[in-house]
Amino acid sequence: MAKTGTDVVKRGMAQMQKGGVIMDVVTPEQAKIAEAAGACAVMALERVPADIRAAGGVARMADPTIIEAVMKAVSIPVMAKCRIGHIVEARILEALGVDYIDESEVLTPADDKFHINKREFTVPFVCGARDLGEALRRIAEGASMIRTKGEAGTGNIIEAVKHLRTLQGQIRKVQNMSEDELVAEAKNLGAPYELLLEVHRTGRLPVVNFAAGGVATPADAALMMQLGADGVFVGSGIFKSENPEKFARAIVQATTHYQDYELLAELSKGLGTPMKGIDVATLREEERLAVRGW
Amino acid sequence: MTEHHGQAQTDDSRASALKIGVLAVQGAFQEHARKLETLGADAVLVKRKQHLEGLDGLIIPGGESTSIGRLMREYDLVEPIRGLVGEGMPVFGTCAGMIVLANRIQGGEQPHLAVMDVEVNRNSFGRQRDSFETDLDIPAIGSPPFPAVFIRAPHITQMGEGVEVLATYDGRIVGVRQGHRLALSFHPELSEDNRLHQYFLDLVRNPRT
Repeated sequence: MAKTGTDVVKRGMAQMQKGGVIMDVVTPEQAKIAEAAGACAVMALERVPADIRAAGGVARMADPTIIEAVMKAVSIPVMAKCRIGHIVEARILEALGVDYIDESEVLTPADDKFHINKREFTVPFVCGARDLGEALRRIAEGASMIRTKGEAGTGNIIEAVKHLRTLQGQIRKVQNMSEDELVAEAKNLGAPYELLLEVHRTGRLPVVNFAAGGVATPADAALMMQLGADGVFVGSGIFKSENPEKFARAIVQATTHYQDYELLAELSKGLGTPMKGIDVATLREEERLAVRGW
Repeated sequence: MTEHHGQAQTDDSRASALKIGVLAVQGAFQEHARKLETLGADAVLVKRKQHLEGLDGLIIPGGESTSIGRLMREYDLVEPIRGLVGEGMPVFGTCAGMIVLANRIQGGEQPHLAVMDVEVNRNSFGRQRDSFETDLDIPAIGSPPFPAVFIRAPHITQMGEGVEVLATYDGRIVGVRQGHRLALSFHPELSEDNRLHQYFLDLVRNPRT
């Protein structure tokens, strides 16, 4: 008997993405550039996060026409975003046959209390997290992959570094705790005890974790890999740069060869101007996307 | 596991351990490396061609075949690996690894290593929502059936003489062996069961069995 939608199958899909780069695209042409550059998946969107920021208003699931056009254009997996808590957008994306759903804070949340119960779905989900508690809450809801949030659409790596370092530091702390301390730590982190116990025993998250939200250069991608990410999402960083093809190829290679500094030096040469970027400190609280989700 | 080969083997007990490379440009290479170490082999992560020296065998993991192919080409890994496989180095591809090994790929993707006389159909079981687990009969490893994980899996549509079928599912060929070359549609690195990795290590020790 074949079983679909099991944890092994949903988490395994993310394991196949490891060491790779998932790129935001808004057209089939961009998707083809991403695939040719070696992206391991694409995220089909109506607007990249930098443009969502600029446009303001309510950001929703993309028009299915765009998602289907991207799915037709490439053979690599296609992901798409739904609003936090928007069960129906997620069901629509599942019906379209997308390979992964990102329940994303980059879009305007649809529910101010609850995330989607992702266990009910056959399609796997990735969710954002800023720390271990948030990651384990999402996994408890059925997320099969985590991405540290960073601050999308800024081209500024500082928040991505902060969230990944926070997560890794908390994992190390939990790993080194005595089992006696775990119930109190579960309360402290707001994390389910059973999942925390698993982290304590294995020293890692039970699912793959990618870095996201601010990766703009090959060096940024390599930095996130060195800090322990399993791979990277690049949103605005590629198609908001001066030379998307070159940036895409260089970021893919930097993610694979993240400890080869001579090579990283070569990859960083003559790329042209990266996306302009935003100093995160200048963002007003309501402009920060990472604080969405709970 | 070693990032780079050629480190001094000071421990005598390790001297006889098989040294198996895992192509580590993208995909689930750590999962294969862990399996190999569990079975007492040395796993070497292969990112550049100098990491291919002195290997007893090579695993091409699951991942995205276009990513893996692109990165192999950028770093001149294709010809060296083809050469080694041509000289008889055992090779084992899983899922995307099967696509990377195949001589022909349906649907326009250019062949990558092209070292196995098979034609593959990419994502032949559908998209991710159709990915599945099943218990698979594989006579070469005996009973019980193997808990196989299929993720956007390819299957083999045609094969030449000298290619032996190891497993089928729903009428489709999902496991083959051609001498010292082994390819599976599914992901034994995601299962608890170690028998298929052991089968490959046995093949490395004795390629003509």
